[in-house]
Amino acid sequence: MTALSLTNVNKSFGKVHVLKDISFEVEDGEFVVFVGPSGCGKSTLLRVIAGLEDATSGEIKIGEDVVNLTPPSKRGIAMVFQSYALYPHLNVRGNMSLALKQEGQSKNVIAERVNKAAAMLNLGEYLERFPSELSGGQRQRVAIGRAIVREPKLFLFDEPLSNLDAALRMNTRIEIANLHKQLSASMIYVTHDQTEAMTLADKIVVLRDGRVEQIGSPMDLYNNPANKFVAGFLGSPSMNFFPAGLVSEGDDRTIGIRPEDLFVAEDGALSATVTHVEKLGGDTNVVARLDSHQITARLFGQHDVEEGTGIRFGFAPERIYRFDQEGARLSQ
Amino acid sequence: MNKARTNPFNKTAMHGALIIYTLIALFPVFVILINSFKTRKAIFREPLAMPDSESFSMIGYQTVMKQGDFFLYFQNSMIVTVASLFFVLLFGAMAAFALAEYRFRGNLWMGLYLALGIMIPIRIGTVAILEMMVATGLVNTLWALILVYTAQGLPLAVFILSEFMRQVSEDLKNAGRVDGLSEYTIFFRLVLPLVRPAMATVAVFNMIPIWNDLWFPLILAPAEETKTLTLGSQVFIGQFVTDWNAVLSALSMAILPVLVLYVIFSRQLIRGITSGAVK
Repeated sequence: MTALSLTNVNKSFGKVHVLKDISFEVEDGEFVVFVGPSGCGKSTLLRVIAGLEDATSGEIKIGEDVVNLTPPSKRGIAMVFQSYALYPHLNVRGNMSLALKQEGQSKNVIAERVNKAAAMLNLGEYLERFPSELSGGQRQRVAIGRAIVREPKLFLFDEPLSNLDAALRMNTRIEIANLHKQLSASMIYVTHDQTEAMTLADKIVVLRDGRVEQIGSPMDLYNNPANKFVAGFLGSPSMNFFPAGLVSEGDDRTIGIRPEDLFVAEDGALSATVTHVEKLGGDTNVVARLDSHQITARLFGQHDVEEGTGIRFGFAPERIYRFDQEGARLSQ
Repeated sequence: MNKARTNPFNKTAMHGALIIYTLIALFPVFVILINSFKTRKAIFREPLAMPDSESFSMIGYQTVMKQGDFFLYFQNSMIVTVASLFFVLLFGAMAAFALAEYRFRGNLWMGLYLALGIMIPIRIGTVAILEMMVATGLVNTLWALILVYTAQGLPLAVFILSEFMRQVSEDLKNAGRVDGLSEYTIFFRLVLPLVRPAMATVAVFNMIPIWNDLWFPLILAPAEETKTLTLGSQVFIGQFVTDWNAVLSALSMAILPVLVLYVIFSRQLIRGITSGAVK
């Protein structure tokens, strides 16, 4: 069964066309991540699904119902915001139970659901506190709890981790992944961080300039990008691109190769000058200048590479990607 | 910045400047207060002397109490000020919310139109207003004053409040919508508490001119039962003789309520209540 399906959804703000002909489906229990650079329309798309913005054209179905004209609270969704958006005048319990009260649920049901969600998120001892008395991570958990108690058909996350520091971000990421397993609910998650997208998603939707560039599982997109944009966006450090002419004379295509697929070789095809070395312990990233292009090689383990020296990289021919002038992927 | 704050010389200089300013600001109030407790002769002989056993006199207050119904004037002023402030804040905040929150055709023009009143003094329209009040039978009622002051206060209120409303987190309002709150609940429960400091600013800006106004009470509601305090005090100022004891006593009493209202609003000005809502 599909939890959500979008058919040719468009959105314009006046003359600005923000979302262009977006169609895709979210299966029941699936974790879908929208990813793309800032300004690509991913948050707008989420708001259209939530009903906070109206679609200019196209059809949005949640479950079996067309919801284009349904207000957000009646769509069976719950949303977690980047800035937490907790109600400052209510304590944690009040924050979590407000939506249920609006729905007219009985007191028993409200108490039961709030306690269950609080237990799930380790919020039990904070129920009587106010948002101003909580840390950033706790606030975000309350925001997630507020979504859980509604038992929605679809969870929407709008960059929920961007306000947290790095260590907390990783923990919360794992918590969200666990939550998805426990609730087996359908979730949509917006982020500009490709690591979050790769680690959380069952399915990634890559957006650029209001268009869907590619949809697929994380490994699908990583191994089989449809175009240069997707290839460059996923993976860290990102894929290297250089003109094929550097390797074979007269070739006007672009070659892409992942940093981990480059290796140092005496007779390698690419001759470059090392400009910078990042030693991470587990890996060593060698940044080098190839003609006028910057390329990065990710070497496993620790290597002593001196900056300013010449270096030759080799690669396996089957590991390279070729793109035409417009950036579309070409078969080998 | 921290360094400058802890520097003892800067601290002394800063406090010195503030104290001098406070003294200058309070001096006239102080002079009014002490002279209201003196005999007429003492006021003129030594205006800056404190009242002593010889010069002390309550004659001013007695005159004020005897002449006219001072408490009625007082009550009229209070009703007009509080009611006007209430309407200015209510309608100003609502208009500001609509302008800041909703996209509709002519939003920008509507905002400019509502703000235009800041530049045009309402007194220019006095004759038209008077004609209107006569036609609607509102002359010599407090409603006439309340309506005029509400109109007078709205432009600035809309202008200031809409700026603050735009700063209220979009996410917070959307969270309310997803949770099924009505737009009115979002406005009253979520947005208004967050713009309380701005509301207090608008209230203070509007309160003092309304309380002190002589023009409109004189023109629209000069009847005995609708006289405001400022208008009521004018009976003591004659063309040839002014009863200074009474004037000073009336002024002293007129200062008090404004002071109380100001204290109430200024606490709101200072209090920051946004913490915890958004990072």
